[in-house]
This record gives sequence, structure tokens and C-alpha cells, in this order.
Amino acid sequence: MMNPANQTQFIDQGLASDPTNRLPVTLTINGQAYPLQLESRVALLDALRENLHLTGTKKGCDHGQCGGCTVHIDGQSALACLTLAVMSEGKAITTIEGLAQGETLHPLQAAFIRHDALQCGYCTPGQLMAASAWLSGQPPRTAAEIQEAMSGNLCRCAAYPNILAAILEAQGA
Amino acid sequence: MMDAIGQPLERADAHLKVTGAARYAAEWDLPGLAYGAVVVSGIARGTVRAIDAKAARRTPGVLAVLTHENAPRLRPLPDKLGKVLLRGEGGMTEARQPLQDAEVYYAGQPLAVVVADTHERARHAATLVGVTYDEQPPELAMTTARRQARPATFLGSPEEKLQVSIGDPAAALAAAPVRLERVYESAVTHHNPIEPLATIAHWEQRDGADFLTLYDTTRFLTGVQQIAAGAFSLPKENVHVICPFVGGAFGSKGWLFAPPLLAALAARMVGRPVKIEWRRQDMFTVAGHRSATRQTLALGATPDGQLTALQHDTQSHASLVSGFAEPCANLSRMLYQVPNLGFTHQVAHLNLPSPSTMRGPGETVGGWALECALDELATELKLDPVALRLKNYAEHNPETGKPWSSKHLRDCYARGQALIGWEKRNPVPRAMREGRYLVGYGMATTMYPAGRNAATARATISADGQALVESATHEIGNGARTIFRQISADGLGLPVARVRFELGDSALPPAPNTGGSVTTATVGPAVLAACRNALRALRQLAVRDAQSPLFGAAEEAIEARAGRLQLRAAPAQGEDYGAILRRARLPAVSAEGSAKPGPEKKQYSFYSFGAVFAQVRVDEATGVIRVARLCGVYDVGRVMNPPTARSQLLGGMTMGLGATLMEETSYDPRTGHPVVRNLADYHVPSLADTPEMSIEFLDNPDPHIGELGARGIGEIGCVGTPAAITNAVFHATGQRLRELPLTPDKLLRAATRA
Amino acid sequence: MHPFQYQRATSTAQAVAAVAPEPGATFIAGGTSHLDLMKEDVHRPSRLVDISLLPLKQITALAGGLRLGAGVSNTAAAAHPEIQRRYPVVSEALLTGASTQIRNAATLGGNPLQRTRCPYFRDPAQPCNKRAPGSGCAALGGINRGHALFGASDACVAIHPSDLAVALAALDAVVQTTGPRGPRAIPFPELHRLPGATPQVDTTLAHGELITAIDLPAFAGRSHYLKVRDRASYAFALVSCAVALEMDGEHVRRARLALGGVAHKPWRLPAAEALLVGEKPSEKLFRAAADAAFADARPLEHNAYKIPLGRNLLVQALLETSGLQALAGPAGTAFAASVGGLAGTFPAPY
Ligand SMILES: Cc1cc2nc3c(=O)[nH]c(=O)nc-3n(C[C@H](O)[C@H](O)[C@H](O)COP(=O)(O)OP(=O)(O)OC[C@H]3O[C@@H](n4cnc5c(N)ncnc54)[C@H](O)[C@@H]3O)c2cc1C
Ligand code: FES
Ligand code: FES
Repeated sequence: MMNPANQTQFIDQGLASDPTNRLPVTLTINGQAYPLQLESRVALLDALRENLHLTGTKKGCDHGQCGGCTVHIDGQSALACLTLAVMSEGKAITTIEGLAQGETLHPLQAAFIRHDALQCGYCTPGQLMAASAWLSGQPPRTAAEIQEAMSGNLCRCAAYPNILAAILEAQGA
Repeated sequence: MMDAIGQPLERADAHLKVTGAARYAAEWDLPGLAYGAVVVSGIARGTVRAIDAKAARRTPGVLAVLTHENAPRLRPLPDKLGKVLLRGEGGMTEARQPLQDAEVYYAGQPLAVVVADTHERARHAATLVGVTYDEQPPELAMTTARRQARPATFLGSPEEKLQVSIGDPAAALAAAPVRLERVYESAVTHHNPIEPLATIAHWEQRDGADFLTLYDTTRFLTGVQQIAAGAFSLPKENVHVICPFVGGAFGSKGWLFAPPLLAALAARMVGRPVKIEWRRQDMFTVAGHRSATRQTLALGATPDGQLTALQHDTQSHASLVSGFAEPCANLSRMLYQVPNLGFTHQVAHLNLPSPSTMRGPGETVGGWALECALDELATELKLDPVALRLKNYAEHNPETGKPWSSKHLRDCYARGQALIGWEKRNPVPRAMREGRYLVGYGMATTMYPAGRNAATARATISADGQALVESATHEIGNGARTIFRQISADGLGLPVARVRFELGDSALPPAPNTGGSVTTATVGPAVLAACRNALRALRQLAVRDAQSPLFGAAEEAIEARAGRLQLRAAPAQGEDYGAILRRARLPAVSAEGSAKPGPEKKQYSFYSFGAVFAQVRVDEATGVIRVARLCGVYDVGRVMNPPTARSQLLGGMTMGLGATLMEETSYDPRTGHPVVRNLADYHVPSLADTPEMSIEFLDNPDPHIGELGARGIGEIGCVGTPAAITNAVFHATGQRLRELPLTPDKLLRAATRA
Repeated sequence: MHPFQYQRATSTAQAVAAVAPEPGATFIAGGTSHLDLMKEDVHRPSRLVDISLLPLKQITALAGGLRLGAGVSNTAAAAHPEIQRRYPVVSEALLTGASTQIRNAATLGGNPLQRTRCPYFRDPAQPCNKRAPGSGCAALGGINRGHALFGASDACVAIHPSDLAVALAALDAVVQTTGPRGPRAIPFPELHRLPGATPQVDTTLAHGELITAIDLPAFAGRSHYLKVRDRASYAFALVSCAVALEMDGEHVRRARLALGGVAHKPWRLPAAEALLVGEKPSEKLFRAAADAAFADARPLEHNAYKIPLGRNLLVQALLETSGLQALAGPAGTAFAASVGGLAGTFPAPY
């Protein structure tokens, strides 16, 4: 075993004997701080869904292969299934629950409704979080750029043409 | 009245879905919830000798490990559910209850469930369970398997015979001036809805009796209810199944009973609600799939293209505990006027997982083979592919002789040709290029049978002028919540904004499973009947109420419009629904309604039709194929809501594209383990694979299917698309590829051979 | 997932000190490969040392080249103007890899160290010498459509899946590390190894050796990446190809070629490279080079298609890099590098 005395920051100090013990982890989600007790192995996705009951973020594969769990971490789109909750401490996390401003839908959400850019709706939060991460403050993208940038969000219902139309409209708005 | 029906209304549940508020099966928050993780078999055939769960049980937080040795006993599955044959040859589902015996029939079969207080602990402890087996060599090759069956019917339905011979196909083939025989093969494909299977099971004591609530990913609430009640020897009323949102099904999540039963077993064992969320990996073994097929198509024709004989023989595979047959002749049996028609279906029983229906079962890959063979015949005869189809156009159903309820397929061909620019194409293969790409055009016919079943609904009109209509149907992305709300609004004479439609709960008036593209035609009429009955109750209140402007009026003289009952002849004389109820001091009136198919099925043959045209470009050097455009023109009866209908077609056509170009699950040929078991290896189309798509509906209401005039649209998009693309690849390259999916290796191999 | 100790490193030295003495300890950066495999029960680290907060996120000038910090994200690197301008092969390789979300998390240090995507490796229920040494190679006689043509052994026929690594191999990038024995520099083509009898070892890094930076040497030529896959985007390569070409007037001065998807490491093609030097670019010349490149390919049961595919891809990449044919999209983008392009936007509306 290594010596914890050198200045490495141990956040699991004192827990070395039982790694399944829970650690204090504070997550900042949609502007609110959530103090949690979590095992180090808890993925951000499971912390959201199981511990905080923020179930808008979806689990489609748990392995980075579908995009359903997309959230924003410090303003960039990220996959909550391939992120450890402990590694998200101190970062600003935004989930689908935080996308609308109160009752006012984000322009993308409104465009998704207008264009019927969803069917079963299971991939929809991930689609919205992926697109909204670059929508604000960026020059508009071409259809081709959107197709490429959004290829990591699978929609088995294949609402794709409508998703593309909704994003094109929302970024013009 | 059809004010709302046919209007392009926004999805009723869109707001819930875009805000993350729609609650799917795994997302119910129950106090004391525990987590189940499933241990699956590491061999494909044999018997479990021992399960060593000591290490798992010692793990902190673990509450129980269920195996076949300690799990509560279940009564066996019934042979049939309603009219549908569940078990046996030609049956629907896996005829086996989970954790009841030690037999292993395929790799990935559930063998144990570890229950713990957290998801992480359950999953980890599951990896610590050791299983030893008495292993036997698995049977894995479809064509050489020892156990082969020839089921007489599909799902026990007398109308869906699987072995048919009309006229003398063999003699007619032998005598045909032009003969063509080809073998087409398709790979195993998986539904892979983005929402994996999940169940939360919760046992309670209610009035001294056991009561089971299941939050389950299902498009068959009443099926899960009946099967669970039967398995646990409970009255049906003591099982409650809840599922307001299904995150995609595509043929899965319908007849899968083992997953909810496993959760129920686990919850019973630990005395707490238990959630089992299946991993994506498990979706390749427990969720059903479309079997691989090997189909032989033989066509006989005259030199000018008149078909004289058609023989379509299909080999597919099922597991050792399922008899599901992929009914590939569904198009061959009815699409063309052929005097000598034969088809057979053979099912090999293998140590592979149990198959199931998948969007366009039989039609998608069977139609692919037929429509590719037609294209090959057109090439051989130097005929235009559309002209060949028109030449053999069936004016009535060739198998049964019945007239079509409604068929405008000629219009579909003509409009599709115009949309894709068919006449601009050079019909010679390999003649069209754009830069380094070869360009090709192809087409195919599509169809889907239009069925109808019995259903019930309830309509409630409240004193505040709002209405609620309910039925235990399902929202799987099909738009059920939206279109039944529209139908309800029209049925009740109310604006859509004042009507809510609820579904997804087995406590609601029963409806059948959502599948087979029959939901609109099935539940729609029941909704209308319930609305009518509720209005009748309201009318009766009014005409008996001396204070009503309608007092004493004849019921037939009264109409319901915009929330008012009024005299048809003098619309100003009337009052709104709320006023009638308030005076009667009633909070609401409520009525049930039911509907079932009449004798029309005996008189007519019901099908939706369509024509699909594809434009592809092919990079021959690398074998890469892209579908640049897809045009589909559909004759599906009345369209309830154009945007949601179009969405269903987009989805179906894209799924057809996926099956054609990239979707394939392989199993190790020696061990039977799935080798493709995730969404990085199983490629479903992405936004980047999406072609330009034009979809049109003819919108000719079907005069015979019921007053809505609507046939189904859920599956027809998946059918036809594969052949249109495959035929376009031939046109582009001159290569006939007869093995799905058309991945780059296939084209490269063909090009190397050529 | 097995439980583990988690700790955050605040300096490279501490990170190394935390991992080196504990055989089960590992670094974690973006986590997109490591966590994936931990969830598959393929990786079972006893300790994760989080290096994501280390100050390894700079891109700096370096003797005519560039030094890329190991913690730079794939997204940031791909968009960097100097990389776009001088090393488009790097941007192209990065942008054809994975998805936006994964590229945002993935790091330049972690990407070349991702493990193989061989399905047998990922499934603990099946034999695999790389995951469980001595259990056998299931891919050898199993489904091996995606497996190696070159340099494989009886113990392992897996390929390395990274796109970036192929570009870095073609550029002769240099990997800067610090480890228990101090800092060292590793020529990129020597970072990965062939499987031999010990396929469980992917690289020549020592346990606890930390990649701190990747250096791109000075390069004044043209470079380009092409990738063929089963889906138009968000898929690993069937075969990919990186080309770095330097010219003397009309003649090739130096050519460096690497293939992805064909071997346990990015596969450099010395014989083909030698053929090109001193010659004038032509399709005939490139065909000859491609034939030389695949002369010693050893196909398995299902992957022989990679030979014609790889040959044609190499010719195409050379034609485009040399300017004999136009790129399919703007240099430095996924559109330039994705063979077949997007499905529905033809001609592409850039
Ligand atoms: C669905 C999916 C699709 C993908 N598609 C592609 C693709 O098409 N092309 C492609 O190239 N990649 C692809 N990837 C892989 C992805 O790019 C890699 O997972 C990612 O680049 C790894 O970087 P990371 O920082 O997340 O590494 P981590 O997961 O954090 O680490 C990976 C390994 O490297 C070690 N490590 C990390 N940093 C260092 C360092 N500085 N020094 C020493 N050791 C270190 C870790 O200990 C670990 O063993 C895909 C991944 C997924 C999940
Ligand atoms: S659940 Fe995270 S990408 Fe699928
Ligand atoms: S809407 Fe169903 S998966 Fe996208």
C-alpha cells in the first residue's frame, strides 16, 4: 500500500479498509447543490436516476453507445453513464430537468414539439441536451454539421429528419 | 363529426417527453426499493450442476440470491392467451417459466437473480456468483439442425397457414418458359428499443390477500396481468400492471413474460419492491429477435412477364423452448395474381435465444426476398420493374379470392415514380455516376395486413366541461395518446383542449396488446362507442329535466357540438354539458363502450399497400453504400394525424434501412454466445445515415374496416424498404447481393468474384 | 463493478506515486474507455487515481512542432487552429472517432490506451487471452470479421481501435511520459506492441507510467485520414488509413503511411513508403505501393475483405493527399475523412 502522507488529496481518507463505504459527494445540478453519500463506483447517471430521482436523464445502454444519458458538464455535452459521480464534484451539471426556464420551454424543446421530433420519447432528453450544449452563442451549423455532431444520439424510433428540422429551426431562432 | 381527426395536432405527451417528466417503467420511486441483477448462463446447452452464491451473499447489502433451487414455484404458462398460441410449433413465445428448473437452452439464459439494496451492489454481487454445468454440445446451425418443424399455422391462426399449395406450383415451374430460382439470406436482427426492458415488482397484502403491482416495459398490459395472475395463482384483479410510457418496442416488449415474473419472484422473496433493469447486453438474449432466414424463391413467367408460378420456401430458427416461425410468405401469398402458388416454412430448433415478432414479422424479410426476385425477373425479361408489377397486379386476393376492402396501389407506384424521378434514370446497371460514386435507383412494393380486434374504453364528461377517456392501450411512440384524444374529442363533440386520454394501466377498460398495426382500428371504435354512450347518458338527463331547453326532445333530434347538446334543427336551442350535469348535481357522467370486428373480414381482404423507391450511391472501391433518398407512397386508409403518421413511416423506413445496410447479430458458431451484444457493434442507423425522405399518404378512407376508415401504419414502412435499397444497389453496381445486411465486406466480396 | 479506492491526483508525481506501488491501481482520465470496461467486468482496478484535474491541458509550440498535453480533450485538440492547419490528419482522425459527447470527455493520453473492441475481450463469459491469459483466443476460430491482418499471433488476433493512434503513428509523434523511473520519450510507433504470447500487454508503458504529453514533430507536408465503417458516423473503423506526405517539387520526398483496423497496433507500411520516395505521384504508383503494403497480409476466416478494402483505401488516401483527387470535404473535418459521407445530403451542403 502506498503512503497517504504525500500530498495527494485523498477524498476517501479513513475508508481504505472498506472500499464499499460511502463517500460524501456534493453534486451541483441545475444550479442546486445536492450533498450525497455515494460509493466511489456510482456513475453520475445512477446518482441522478436512483439517488436523486432525476429520471429525465435516460439509461439506454450504460456504455456510451446511445447518447440517452447526455447531460451538460461545465457547459459541454457529456455522457452520464461513463462519468463517475465523484469525478463530477465541483462541476456544474445541467440535466433535462434544468433546460426549460421555469414554465418557458427552451427553444429547442418547443421546436421538438412543433416538428414532432420524438416518438417514444426515450432518447429525447439526450437529443435535447446534446443539441442545446452548442446551440447558444455559436454560429449556426449546416444540416451536414448537425448530422455529424448528433450522430452519437441514437433514436430507434428514427425521428431523425424531424430532429434535424427542429434543430435547424431552433438555432435560427 | 371529424373536426379533430385528420388534423395535424401536436403530440399530447410531447411536453412531458421534452421536459423529462414522462415516467418510464424503471423510474417509479417506491419506498424500500431493492435492486435485482440477473446472472445469465455461460453455456448454450446443458444442465446447471451447482450455483455457488456464497461470495455474493456475503457482499454487503445483498438481500437474497434466487436460483431455481430456492425461487418460489410458478404455474406453467397456458398454451394459449386469447386466440394466440403461446407454446408449441408456430407459437408466439418462450414456453418456459424462469428459475423453475436447471436446464440451459441458450447462452445468456437467466439463471439467478441477486437482490441488494443498491444497484451497484447487486450488479457487483452478480459477478461473484459461480455456476457449474453439465455441458452438452449446442446445436447451432440452422440448415443442419436435427430438430426441424413445419408448423401448420402462425400463432395458431386458421387464417395464417404456413404450408400452402394452390394449383400445381412444381409443374407450373417446370413448364414455365422463363424460370428463376434464387436463395436469399437475412441475418438475426434485434429490436433494440433505446429503453431496455425493466420491471419494478411490488407485493402487498390487501384485505388479507396477495396483491402484485408490476411497473413493466410492456405493450401488453392485460397479457402480463393474466400471465402473472396465472403463474402465482392469483385472481386477475389482484395483479395491477402499469406502463404509461414505453420507450420503443418494435415487436419486442409484447409477449415477454419471464422478465416481469423474475422481478415478481425476487420481490416476493425479499419482501420489498424490487427493480430489475436489464442490461443492453441482455437485450440480445432475453428480449426476442428476428430469426435469421434462408429463403428460396422460385418464379415461373411467360416471356412478356406474366407470372405463372411462385414457390417461396423459408427456413428460420427458434429456440428449443419456442416454436416461433418467421412467416416470410405474407407478401408472396397475396401480392400478385399467380395461378400456381406455394409456400412452406421450416423452423430449426437451435440452442439460441427465443425469437419473437419484430416490426413487419415475415413481411420485412419475406417481402425483401420476393421483391428482389421480382426485380431479378424484370432484369431477365428486360422489363421495367414497375411495369412487371403492374402486369401482375392482383385485382382480388389470389389466395382467398376475396375482394380487397380498398386498394390504390397503382396510384402509389405512379406517385412514387414521380417523386423519385424514375423516368430520368438510365435503366442500364452501372450506367449512372456522380463523382466517384455509382448511383442506382430501385423500387419495391410494400403491404401490411390490416386487422382489427375487440377493445373497450370509458368516457367521462365532467361538470366543468372537461372529459377524460380511458382504455388500457399503450403509448409506444405510436401516438396513441394523441390520436385517441382526437378521436375522443370528435366522439364527444368537444374541442381537443378539453379532452384528456389516458392509457397504460391494466385497471382501465381492457384493450389488447399494441401490435400488428391494428391499434387505431381496434381501440378507435371502442373510444367512439364509449363517447357515444356517455353522450347518450347526458342526453337522457337533459330530455328528462324540465329546466333544460332540451326537455322532452326526441333523443335523435339532438346533436353534440362544441361542448353543447342542441337541437339539430334549431342549434340555438340547447345548453352546454356542464350545465346539464350541474343542475342534476352530478360531478360527471361516465360510460363504457366496446367494439369488435363485424362480419366484414369474411367478405373482404384487408391490406394497406405502398410503393417504396430508393436512390443509393455506392463507393465500389470500399463497398460503402449510402441511401441518398427514400420515397414512400402509402395507401393506409384514413390518416388520423398526419405528423404522427409520417413519424411512424419515417421510423419504419429507417428500421428497414438499418436491416438492409448494417444490422446484424452474430452468435459464435461453436458456443452460441452472442458476439454482437452492444450498440457499438450492433449498428442502428444514426442521424448521419438518414436519407432525404419523402413520404406521402393517399388518404383514401377504407369503406369497410369500421367507421374511422383507418388501417394500420406502424409496420408497413419497414416492409418494402429493404428490397427497394437492394434493387437500387444492383442498379448502381450490377451486383445482386442476396445476403442481408449489405455491409462493405459483402459488396467487396461480390466485386472480387466478378 | 468491483469496488475501488478513488483518489484525486494534484500533480503528476503524486499520480505516479499513487499508482506505481499498487498492481491493481490505474489512472483514469476521461473514463470513457476504462469505466466502460469496468462495467463490463473486464477491468477490476483496486484504485483509481483521477488525473483529470492535472494541469496537462495545454497545447504549446515546440521546436517547429506542437506539444499536446495528455489531458487535452479530443474535442479541443481537433478544433485547435494549429492542428487544423498543420496536422489535419489529427483533426480528421479525432473527428471521425466516437461522438461529440465522448470526444468532449476523451483525452489524448487516454485515447491511444483504450483497449481493443474485440467482442470476445469484452465478454467475460467467453475465452480471451488478452482479458484472461491462458483462456484461449475465441476470435481465432470464431467471428473475426473485424480482426487483424498483420502481426497477429496464435494467442490473439485483436486489433487496436483508436483512430488518433493511426494518425500519430504516421506523423512519428513522440510520447512524453513520467514514471517510477523518471521521464522518458517514446516514439509513437513503439508505444504499442504486437500480441505475441502476451496479448494482455498492449503497450510498452510500465505500470504507473503516466503520459504527460504527445509531441507532434515539425511537418511541412500534407496529411490526411480516411476511415471506412459500417455506419456513416459513430462507429469504429473497419479499416482506416493515415497519410503524411512531403514533397520535393513534383516528387515525393518522404511518405509515411499507417493503417488502422488491421493490427494490434497502428500498422506502418515501410515497404510501401519506400516505393513512393523519389517518385512522381500517380494512381499507378499508388497501386503498386498498395500491393506492396498488403503483400504479407494474413487473413482469417471472415476478414479477407480487408485486403481489397485496405488497398483501395490506401490508394484513395494517397490520391487525395497528393492532390490528384479532391478531398470529400474541408481538410481537418470529419467530412474529409468519412468514406461515403453522410447519407442524405448529397452533394454535401458545406
Ligand atoms: C461508443 C464508443 C465509441 C467510440 N468510438 C471511437 C472511435 O470511433 N474511434 C476512437 O478512436 N475511439 C473511439 N472510442 C474510444 C474513446 O475515444 C476512448 O474511450 C477515449 O479516447 C479514451 O480516453 P479517456 O480519456 O476517456 O481514457 P480513460 O478511459 O480515462 O483511460 C483509458 C486508459 O488509459 C489510461 N490512461 C488515461 N490517461 C492516461 C495517461 N495520461 N497516462 C497513462 N495512462 C493513461 C487509463 O488508465 C485507462 O487504462 C469510442 C468509445 C465509445 C464508448
Ligand atoms: S446510457 Fe449513456 S450513452 Fe447510452
Ligand atoms: S423517440 Fe423513441 S428512441 Fe427516439
